[in-house]
Parts: sequence; C-alpha cells; structure tokens
Amino acid sequence: MQTVLFSTRKGLFAAEGSAGRVRVRSVGFLGDNCVLSMVDPRDGAWYTALNLGHFGSKLHRSDDRGATWREVAVPVYPERPADRPVNPRENMGRPAPWVLNLIWALEPGGADEPGVLWCGTLPGALFRSADRGESWTLVEPLWYMPQREEWFGGGAPWPGMHSVCVDPKNSRRVLVGISCGGVWLTEDGGATWRVQAKGMRAAFMPPEQAFDENIQDPHRMVQCPSSPQRLWVQHHNGIFRSDDGAASWQEIGEAGPSTFGFATAVHPDDPDRAWFIPALNDERRVPVGGRVVVTRTSDGGKTFETLTRGLPQQNAYDIVFRHSLAIDRSGDRLAFGSTTGGAWITEDGGNSWTALDARLPPIYAVTWA
Amino acid sequence: MPRIRFTRHLERHVACPAGEVAGESVRAALEHYFASHPAVRSYVLDERGALRTHVAIFIDGVSVSDRATLSDSLSPDSTIDVMQALSGG
Repeated sequence: MQTVLFSTRKGLFAAEGSAGRVRVRSVGFLGDNCVLSMVDPRDGAWYTALNLGHFGSKLHRSDDRGATWREVAVPVYPERPADRPVNPRENMGRPAPWVLNLIWALEPGGADEPGVLWCGTLPGALFRSADRGESWTLVEPLWYMPQREEWFGGGAPWPGMHSVCVDPKNSRRVLVGISCGGVWLTEDGGATWRVQAKGMRAAFMPPEQAFDENIQDPHRMVQCPSSPQRLWVQHHNGIFRSDDGAASWQEIGEAGPSTFGFATAVHPDDPDRAWFIPALNDERRVPVGGRVVVTRTSDGGKTFETLTRGLPQQNAYDIVFRHSLAIDRSGDRLAFGSTTGGAWITEDGGNSWTALDARLPPIYAVTWA
Repeated sequence: MPRIRFTRHLERHVACPAGEVAGESVRAALEHYFASHPAVRSYVLDERGALRTHVAIFIDGVSVSDRATLSDSLSPDSTIDVMQALSGG
C-alpha cells in the first residue's frame, strides 16, 4: 500500500498498511498544528503547512519523503496601497487585515510548469510560487478586484480559499473555490478572472440573493483529471456537479442520508464516480444516526450507494473536514480522517474500509504519498 | 546595551539565542536582532510588522503597550523577554 499522510492538530502522521491493518509508520512535527500537506507528483516533494499557534503560518518541504524537512517561504500579503482605503462593507462589515492567517490550499502547477505551486489562503487570496515555495507572489488581479470585498467568512472570521484546480490539459486554466466567494476561473494564468458559480444556491442568504454567484459557499471542489470539464462540489447547501468546466452547476437533490458535508473526491479516470461523507445538516454537524458512512455515485449523481463496511455504525460522531478525504491515482484507494481522530482507508473504492490502528489528534487533511 | 532573550518554545522552531541589542525602542532593538537573525522575524512579527497575536514582549517584566508599532522605549540596561502568550489547545 502507498503511504497516507494525515495532517493533524498535533503532527504529521504517515501511515502504511498491509494484510488488513493500517499503522502509523512515522510522525513529523509532533505537537505542532499541521493544517495540510501536498505531494507534488512532478518531483516527489512533500510539503506541509503549519499553523503555529504563537508564531504564525509556516511551510516546510521535504525532498526525501519526510525524513528531513526544510522551512521555505510563506505567502506575504502586500501593504495596503494609499489609494485603496478600507471598504467598511468588506466581509460583511469586518474588513480583513492584510496578514496571512492560514494556508488553506496548496496545489502543484501543471506538468509543463515544473516548480510552480499555487497557494490559497485566509483571508481569501491566491499566491503563486515559481520556485517550489522558496518565494511567493500574490495574484493581484484577484485580490484587487472589487468583488473580492463582497466575499465573507463562513466558519472563520475571513473568507478562505480552500480549493485550487489546475486544468491538467491547460495549466493556464485555474479554478479556485472560496468560502464564501463562489468559484472563480482564470484562463490566462491568473491575469483575468470571472466568477463561475451559476446554479449554486445559498440558503444562508436572503431569498433574493440565494443565487448570487459571488457569495456561494463551496466547501470543497474537485476536478476529474481525465475529464477536466467535470467538477464536483460539496457545498454548504448540497452537492453540485458541473459538466462544462464550471460554467454552470447542477444541484444533486439526494445522496444517501444527507447532502450536507465538507469533503468530496472524484475518480481520476471516471468523472461519474464521486465520493462524499455526509453529516446531518448545517445546524447539527454530526453523522446521521451516529453512523459514519461514505456515499458514492457511479452514474454522475443520479443514484448513490451508502458505504458502511468497516466504518463505525453506532455512537460515532466523526466529522470529516474538507481536505480530509483523498483518493489516489489508481482510483481504488481512498482515505479519510475525522476531527475526532478517526481514520479509515479503502483499497476497493469504498466497498470496505480498514480503520487506522491509532488514536490520532484531530485530522485536518489527508494526502496520498 | 539592552539584552534580549526568547522563550524556549520558540527555540524549538528557529535558532534565537539571547544577546545584546542596540536601540532605544522595542522596534529598534528587534530590528537590530533580526539583522543578524533574519529567520526569527516572521515568528515574532506578522508581515505588517505588528507583534503576532499570541506573542508577548516584556520590558523588565512589564508587557509592552504598543503591539502595532512597538514604540515602547528601552533603557540601556533593559531586558527584553519575547514570550509566548498563553493560549489553549
């Protein structure tokens, strides 16, 4: 089995398994808050973002699969220009400081862009590195556009960019997802942007604004690598699918016990096959009936199976955050982890799951390595 | 010259030996220190130059009053302590 990285509140745990058992093989950054990790398929580098409670956000890179780490740069916000006074209406009346609060998305650039990385942050911004994280540049057109000030925080004080999808067939086509700022697209590598959330529905807004594209709350957006026109979003108010590269979105009305949740994954070669981990609803973010389940569609969202084998089916209150469900390149292996430290792995697309033989700290992100 | 020393919590992340610093304000003293220990800056200050929310600085045992511009003044025999503020989790 491949390695799975669990980024947790108290360290980075690398797990491996065989013969039906999955165990922690190594621990990095023990005691430190690891918010997410990324494995770059182009050069094999591992990246882990830390949020040191006292000392700020940090980013580390390993070129030897976690044996040693080196601190690299983090994105730095610019100073507010004199001709850009604070808009008192920004972020629903709570203007965000131009200071890095959290690294919330980290993705490699295209195969034709060695060394390029994208980083999404709180407050909601996108940064680009051309040198494997040694330095970062703010994507200014997105940060300085007036519509950005209409975004607002959902579950956090500031809007946050959590999903970055680089089109595998066109590296200059990049989609980003923001809570709460909808989905934005560039087709020229970041120079110009337009919102792409048509069809998404926000029940948390007054009815007249429910379909406003710029305030939607996608919790997580994933793109099918072999069919980049197909995207899946687990949204605050349900599940949405796009068949046209995010130009429009269709809501999926039913998906097993609930359409509320945070995480989603799509099969790398089959755009109709996607996974979700439902919770009861916005008001009560617990598994339905105390049972941890994964829902899976294999027909583009027409029908869903509810997968339970190997998952706790009573008195379980695990919640899975948006970066905590991951699929590997085979499409058969998935792993997820919960905020109560539960972690499970499947090697058959979710038909059966094996629990990690450990009690981990709260899990914030899961990554195949 | 004022003396500066750091919480051992920070030493776990970045080398920050105690030392003597020049300057008549906290800002000046920190800048003097960062000139020879540049990696320490981002652990103590955010990118706006303000003291990080969960970092505390004491001058001779008294916490600084100006966390934004760090204008609190020093005397030549001051001791600056850079500590972690208490927080949960």
